[in-house]
Order: sequence, then C-alpha cells, then structure tokens
Amino acid sequence: MHSTAILFLEFGFVILGLGVLGAMALRFGISPIPLYLLAGLAFGQGGIVPLADSEEFISVGAELGVILLLLTLGLEYNADELVSSLRGNLRGGLVDLVLNAAPGAIAALLLGWGPVAAVAMAGVTYATSSGITAKVLSDLGWIGNRETPVVLSLLVFEDLTMALYLPVLTALLAGLSLLNGAITVAIALGTVSVVLLVALRFGRFIEAFVRSPNSEVLLLKVVGLALVVAGLAQQLQVSAAVGAFLVGIAVSGELAEDARALLTPIRDLFAAVFFVFFGLQTDPRAILPVAGLAAALALVSMITKLLAGAYAARRAGIAKAGQARAGIAMIPRGEFNIVIAGLAVGAGAHPDLGPLAAAYVLILAAFGPLAARLVQPFITAIAKRA
Amino acid sequence: MVDIEQTALPGIGLKHEFTTRSGRRVGVVSHRTGRRDLVIYDVSDPDRACEAVKLNDEEAEALVELLGAPRIVQRLNALHSQVEGLVSLQLPIGPGSPYVGRPMGDARVRTRTGASIVAVVRGGQVITSPTPDFGLAAGDVIVVVGGQDSTEAVADILADG
Repeated sequence: MHSTAILFLEFGFVILGLGVLGAMALRFGISPIPLYLLAGLAFGQGGIVPLADSEEFISVGAELGVILLLLTLGLEYNADELVSSLRGNLRGGLVDLVLNAAPGAIAALLLGWGPVAAVAMAGVTYATSSGITAKVLSDLGWIGNRETPVVLSLLVFEDLTMALYLPVLTALLAGLSLLNGAITVAIALGTVSVVLLVALRFGRFIEAFVRSPNSEVLLLKVVGLALVVAGLAQQLQVSAAVGAFLVGIAVSGELAEDARALLTPIRDLFAAVFFVFFGLQTDPRAILPVAGLAAALALVSMITKLLAGAYAARRAGIAKAGQARAGIAMIPRGEFNIVIAGLAVGAGAHPDLGPLAAAYVLILAAFGPLAARLVQPFITAIAKRA
Repeated sequence: MVDIEQTALPGIGLKHEFTTRSGRRVGVVSHRTGRRDLVIYDVSDPDRACEAVKLNDEEAEALVELLGAPRIVQRLNALHSQVEGLVSLQLPIGPGSPYVGRPMGDARVRTRTGASIVAVVRGGQVITSPTPDFGLAAGDVIVVVGGQDSTEAVADILADG
C-alpha cells in the first residue's frame, strides 16, 4: 500500500478511536484525558498495534497540540486579571507551590533520579489541570460559590508560574554546564519578562494587528503569530509552549473571545493527538512496576493540594465547607503535567519518569473530578449540622 | 443603598453579590460569553450557591424588566421628595395630544422648557432614556424631570402643542 494511504488509515483509526472514547467519557461524566492516554498506551511502543508510518506525523501534531493548549489558556486570561490575582493571593499561591512541588521532587530524589528529574517531577505534581478543574466547577454548579474566586486565582498563579518554570526546565534538560545553564536560564527569564511586559503594555498593538472582521483571517493571524513566537522562544531555549501562552495573554477582550471560539475545535483535535502521543511513547509494560509508586504519589499530592486549597480559602475568610471544596476542586492533574513529563522524556530523562507521570495523571485526572462529585453531599451534610 | 460586592472570576467573568436585609445572599455571575447565572446562597453554608439559574441574554433582560420597572418610577418619586426644587411628573398622553403618532423629538421639550423626559411608561413597561425618534402613542405616560415651572410647561406642550 502507498505510504500516504497507510498514514491516513493509521491516523484515521486513532482519531476515530478517540472520538468513541470521548463519547464514553461524556456518558460517564469524566474527563476524556485519561482515556486518551490509555488509547496511546494501547498503540505504539509495546502496545497492541505499532504505528509505524504515522508516529512521526503524530509527534508533530502533538507539538502543535501543546502550542494550541497554551495559546487558548493564555486567551482565557487578560493581563489585569493576572496582576490582580498575583497581588491578592501571593501567599496562597506560594504555599500551593511549595506543598505540591515537594512530593514529586522528594520522590525523584529518593529514587536517585538526580536533581534535574526532581525539578521535572516537582512540576508534574505541582500543576493542577485548569481545564479539568474549570469543568468540575461548572458541572457541579460551584462557579457562583464564594471559594471559587480563590480557586481560580490559584490556577492563574500556577499558570503564570509555569511561564517561568518551563523555560528553566527546558534549560536544565538541555544538560548545559552550570555557567552556561545559568546564562540560558537568565536569558529565558529575561525574555519571558520582556514579552510579558510587552503583552501588558502594548497588547493593544498586537490586537490591532490581529483584529479582523473575517474569522478566517483572524484564525490565520493568531495561529501564525503564536507559531512564530513559539519558534523564537524555542530558539532562545524558553520553550515554545510559553511563547504561545504569552501571545494568548497579549490578546484580550472580545477579540480573545472570538479567537478562542475559532481555535477551540482545532485545539481539541491536536490536544487529543498530544495525549495519545505521550501514551504512544510510554511502554504500557513499564507502568505496572511503577503503579504502586504512582498511587502513593497521587495520594500524597491529593492531600497536599487539599491543604493548599483550604489554606488559601481560609485566608479569604471562607468557612470550613468552602475550604474543603476549594481543596477538592484543585486535585485534578492533566495537560500541564503531561506537557512537563513530555519535555523530560524527550530530553532523555530516567526511563521510569514517563510511565510514572502517565500513571499519576491517569489516577488524578480520572479520580479528581469523581472525588469532587462524591464528596459534595458529605460537605453539605457537615455544613448543615454545624 | 445595597452594598454590592464585585469579584473577578479569571477565565470566566465577573460576580456581583449582596446580602438582603433578611440575611439571604444573592449574586449574579456574568460569563464573558454573555450567559448570566442567578445564584442564591445556602443559609447553612453561606459560601455555597445552592441554586444557580442559567439565563441567556433575553431571559436576563426579562428578569431585569420584571424586577426593575416599578422601581424606576418609585425612585423618581423618592427623588422628587429628596431634592428641593426638583420635580418629576408623570404626564399621560391623551388621545387629543398633537404628538400622538409622532416622534417624541418633535415636541422639542428640552429646548423649549429645559426639563428632561427620562422615561416613557407604556402598557406597564418602562422605557428608560427614550431617544428623540421614539414614537408616542395615546395612553403613554411620560416621566419628566425638571423645575416646577418647566415641568408644568411640558404638560402644556404635550396637551396643546
């Protein structure tokens, strides 16, 4: 068979399979991310069906998926929200960072994976999935709740932290010497600050350039700009994803709303490809040996997230029941954690890191929303009795 | 005055809430997409929205009219008694008025008297800030604000042209 035909067949069946899995996720009211990961595990390396011809294509699609994920995330926020969230919840955000980066970092060090893997694993346990959490809040009717602004600003804080963390991780993974590494990190942080400043101060010029009454033109301009900035960022070792995130932040208001509506279907396609690709790279046989470890890590970081969310909510004057809800809503991990693990795996980190991260996210992406649903009646009952 | 608390919901929109005199907390979540949620907070767990009613643009507008319409007239009457020298009158347009079927701007009320038409009440609904091209009909009630003399002059104009 012609190789293009094989490519279409392989890729087509993968996408079709994801569609069926997505429908199942919808029926059971869970996030499709764990199912996409499982699908990726089933194919490719060590899976039932190796994807010989389409793996390269899927890997490019996966990179695009990361860029689109971060671009649409950036579009959700505007610069003012970022600044005011930072001011209002700095303490809560820092507590969240320390409590939740610790489990991953400590686990990596105890396993003897070295300091770079520890930084990567810190990111894997730290970041809450803003996508899944936002869905939990909306599904359970928690958006109007008074602890929700606290949860959302913690998510903003985490996403901003990622903008600084990813470049540092990229530089560390590049395995540079201490001096060169320090220089690269400095360049990376400098670039991020400059771009952020430009986005905050001159966002309207970018908007004026991008704006168009024609949705096709708008789509092409936004995606093109994001890719160019992502490429430049990658060249400067800042991580392409962060470049795309910053472009998203620079565009705000109605324009961001329009752009997001246009980008969402494309993002959904390529993000699904990304999760599959991570699963493809991971050998399912390698998961079983680390499953216990992943479960333990998941349990510990559920507790640390719960504490971090509750702490931030208490500082905002929220009562006990609301504190519990704030903590539970923060439990799900998802896209970012896989992005981080993907970077580490791509740079040749310890062979167990990929499977561990996959198992960890599988547990928390599936269990996090479920926990919120299950616990809700208990919290209400407790509040009623008090 | 009701003390309304405003909170930003990053990525979602804005929330406004307040506590009623009877101690219930009520709020509105304004999504960026235009969707509104009317939320009512639990008595025993005051941080939790026990009811969240999704409203689209039209439904939100309908609710505003239901809640707001009588208030505007009421408030104008209160204003009347609060500020000395300021008068608000409700002037019915009779079937014999020369402005029936004509745009409101034809009466040139502000130019001729200095008083302002702030609202028109029609069929139980209040149309606030009507524009000059607003067509008047018999049975409309014009709400006019101004001084004692100028508002009376408006009554004459509307009755006799």
